[in-house]
Amino acid sequence: MNKNLIVIVGAGPAGLSAAIQAAGAGAKVMLIDENQKPGGQLFKQIHKFFGSRAHKAGVRGVDIGRQLLAETESKGVEVHLGYPVYGVYPDGRVVYGSAEGVRSIQADRVILATGAIENNLCFEGSTLPGVMTAGAAQTMINEHRVLPGKNVVMIGSGNVGLIISYQLMQAGATVQALVEAAPAIGGYAVHAAKLKRSAVPIYLSHTVNRVWGDGKVEKVELIALDEHFNKIDGTEKVLDADTVCMAVGLTPMVELASLAGCRLAENGTMGGLIPLHDENMRTSNPIYYVAGDIAGVEEASTAIEEGRLAGIAAAESLGLGTAEAQEKKQAVRENLAALRSGAFGQRRFQAKEEIVKEFYREAEV
Amino acid sequence: MRVENHPILGESRQPDTYIYFDGKKIPAVTGEPVAAALVAAGVRTFRYTAKKNQPRSLFCGIGRCNDCKMVVDGVPNVRTCVTPVREGMDVRTQHGLGEGDVTHE
Repeated sequence: MNKNLIVIVGAGPAGLSAAIQAAGAGAKVMLIDENQKPGGQLFKQIHKFFGSRAHKAGVRGVDIGRQLLAETESKGVEVHLGYPVYGVYPDGRVVYGSAEGVRSIQADRVILATGAIENNLCFEGSTLPGVMTAGAAQTMINEHRVLPGKNVVMIGSGNVGLIISYQLMQAGATVQALVEAAPAIGGYAVHAAKLKRSAVPIYLSHTVNRVWGDGKVEKVELIALDEHFNKIDGTEKVLDADTVCMAVGLTPMVELASLAGCRLAENGTMGGLIPLHDENMRTSNPIYYVAGDIAGVEEASTAIEEGRLAGIAAAESLGLGTAEAQEKKQAVRENLAALRSGAFGQRRFQAKEEIVKEFYREAEV
Repeated sequence: MRVENHPILGESRQPDTYIYFDGKKIPAVTGEPVAAALVAAGVRTFRYTAKKNQPRSLFCGIGRCNDCKMVVDGVPNVRTCVTPVREGMDVRTQHGLGEGDVTHE
């Protein structure tokens, strides 16, 4: 018998943080991830984080990952790596692949921290070798330390596009162009400044029209866009490049939440279909909680806080750590509010409020 | 190409083993994904599609998109971006759906 068992799917920043809190409250915690290494995408993030010191500002993602891992181990969390979760049932049964074959386990609570998947763009030649997601390039340079190409065209000027452009340069590549369909840069000015200082050509109101080459990327054609994002004929410009990276947003991976019967709702600001959840990260199926990018695409720092919130609340719902739960949750909520402030955070703050409101509206129906 | 001296990450691990790509020996780092060893060796095409025989390569790098599937030690459709290198692995360009032992995962 596994009494008070909390199964957490995904060992990224949200899942690790949830595991630490749930185990700290006295729950038995099983953390499952399909990857061979824990940490999700944290170990690729070699830039310093922003925010206040309480949010690990000035610390590189890779170091935050190491801290979370050490804490997870010290709390006695059972970590299973290389185990894909194939499915979940609404009653909390989790089915996963293991070295011994397919196994299932009955959980009292499940926290889904499955993250998000990168979006991609279609254009002529977009399947050619050398066209890849920005995340793939980042994984190669920062985690495996190999350079996927020497001359790169980056599509997308959000923080992912800006940061990975700079990291590609740190790894020895030349960024031939940063291409953005909107008329303004999407990400933080501090990241954009690094590219501007390095004289990376930035093409606003442009997109990649087509890519060609002999079995691989050799030429990239850019084209200007009007204010309605229509291509303007005659503005084509051809660049020499061997790599095209796409940093065009992410979509939450909600498949398991859907299987569990959690209510989903469309939220454009947060990346698409999102499991509705309350202020404790609990979904419409009370056995299931969500945390991190599955609950709306944000950043590693918010994923850590949401993971903590879900871990504390899931344990509390089993009668564990109830004495401290309110105070701890309040502290986390204040951290989240701080992370969702300012010009960039405000929209996400409102979108998250809307998700919680929608949760209660749906619950009444 | 490997990133030798990184301004933040420092020196990288040197190749300590090898795998075979279409019969040719290439250097590799134990435990790195097969795809990383191939990218480092300058390999561009990982497979050709079944219907139109178009080249495919690394795309997502984290095991989601299936573009990097190859025939590894006789098993087709192995996602090379999440398959760790072992000494002497036989990695082959996959044509279409691949041939070989399909009873394995």
